Amino acid sequence: MAAKDSGGQSQSQRSRQEADAETTEAAVDPEIAERHEAMTEEVDDLLDEIDEVLETNSEEFVRSFVQKGGQ
Amino acid sequence: MTVRRIMGTEIEYGISVPGQPGANPMVTSSQIVNAYAARPELSKGGRARWDYEEETPLRDARGFTYTGALYDPAENLADEDSGLANVILTNGARLYVDHAHPEYSTPEVTNPREIVLFDKAGEMTMAEAALRAAHTPGIGPINLYKNNTDNKGASYGAHENYLMSRQTPFADIVAHFTPFLVTRQVFAGAGRIGIGQDASEHRYQISQRADFFEVEVGLETTLKRPIINTRDEPHADAERYRRLHVIIGDANLAEHATFLKTGTASIVLAMIESGAFDGSLGIAEPVAELRAVSHDPTLTHKIELRNGKRLTAVELQQSILEQAEAYCGADADPDTREVLDLWAYVLDALARDPMELADMLDWPAKLSLLDRYRQRENLDWGAAKLQAIDLQYHDVRPEKGLYHRLVARGKMKRLLTDTEIINAMTEPPADTRAFFRGRCLSRYPSEVVAASWDSVIFDVGADSLVRVPMMEPEKGTKAHVGELFERCEAAKDLLDVITAD
Repeated sequence: MAAKDSGGQSQSQRSRQEADAETTEAAVDPEIAERHEAMTEEVDDLLDEIDEVLETNSEEFVRSFVQKGGQ
Repeated sequence: MTVRRIMGTEIEYGISVPGQPGANPMVTSSQIVNAYAARPELSKGGRARWDYEEETPLRDARGFTYTGALYDPAENLADEDSGLANVILTNGARLYVDHAHPEYSTPEVTNPREIVLFDKAGEMTMAEAALRAAHTPGIGPINLYKNNTDNKGASYGAHENYLMSRQTPFADIVAHFTPFLVTRQVFAGAGRIGIGQDASEHRYQISQRADFFEVEVGLETTLKRPIINTRDEPHADAERYRRLHVIIGDANLAEHATFLKTGTASIVLAMIESGAFDGSLGIAEPVAELRAVSHDPTLTHKIELRNGKRLTAVELQQSILEQAEAYCGADADPDTREVLDLWAYVLDALARDPMELADMLDWPAKLSLLDRYRQRENLDWGAAKLQAIDLQYHDVRPEKGLYHRLVARGKMKRLLTDTEIINAMTEPPADTRAFFRGRCLSRYPSEVVAASWDSVIFDVGADSLVRVPMMEPEKGTKAHVGELFERCEAAKDLLDVITAD
């Protein structure tokens, strides 16, 4: 049940640690750099998507979300 | 010792009409419910109403008592007269209007995985209802949010129900369940920007609901909300059972959060039922600590216990888990083991860095999104954009909800497939009385005039209606009655068989 792979920050930390353990000499492993770049791109991509789907006028959207209390 | 028990959730959804903050929520909630009721399998017969009649004791071993006696529907079938929509679904769930919100009550299930299944089926039901409403002439778009506050002072509930032994003294529940409830938010919180009921201070906190709880024990659910709710309405044989109504949870989108929230609760209740706790985890000031824990996403706050010890919320949970492991030992069945293992995994990760769980639990997932967005745009926590992201995380629409966008990218771990969830929108659980309720509705839609948690009422053309009480939640299962539904073409045949036994 316990999770192995994951997105976002934790994966970047974990995969960097793993990679550090594997790599003994190369200061800048091109593979790591590449992975890091891919990760950053992915995050940017996600934030861009948020921009796309977010309700157009944030202020108006948040202000007009008014609920009657419930249980 | 097992995690298995009768349980269910009931979630009130936030509702809004874009551009019309003044829209009457009772009307729009009814539009949502009625739009869903137009689904083909629900519109075959007349719509079955909700039966509010109090129950009589059980007689039949399968859980039925044939009353056959004169039954006056006018007294008990009240919903439609009050103008609030209600529909009983073929999976045994109830979709209705409560307190100005559309609400989905899952059918009774027996384990946490099925809670997740039917809780998610509720979410999909709401999404479909909104889609259907939008295509209904005269009704504009209505948006639904699976969250618990408007950040302007209003809160609405995500309740859990656990059937317990009537033998357990209520004082034991108060003493030993409170420390668990105060601290479980570390994995069950849904996250929120804003401190205080009106969110006047702009910081991120773990729980949606913590700031709305004001007392330790009480009967209220809409004001002066208590950590332990005392409602005593078992919807079952009251001599044997108590239904513990837990009102302090957040509505979770993340499947693992719902699984862990309900699974751990059920295990802790089993331990309370057998007197496993010694009271050493009693919290000095539970209401204040509930908030203090929620207000500290670093999870370093130390809770003061009655015995003077100080523990973080994660440490307190670890202590409960240790006792649960000692208590269950090697005897844990596979369902229980699954909960215990995930509980341990999650607490370990929380102790290292909560953000390790950004792909599994709601509050870290949302915080991770907000943090990245905040850093890129250089925003402070009061920014409207961030509040919009907070709210839109909970949008039930797959194309708009940010939780759903994370899922679509493979960024949230799942326990279930969409196919399983879609199936659960119409198919009842097999191992509770919800099976009987659901099957009656799908098999005999024209004859079922009303139903409730513990009854189904038929009109088979006789002088009076026939009411079938179901006071035992674990009867009326597929194993008990599945074959009857295949055999009995008409409701009358079914009733003949039940009453002949």
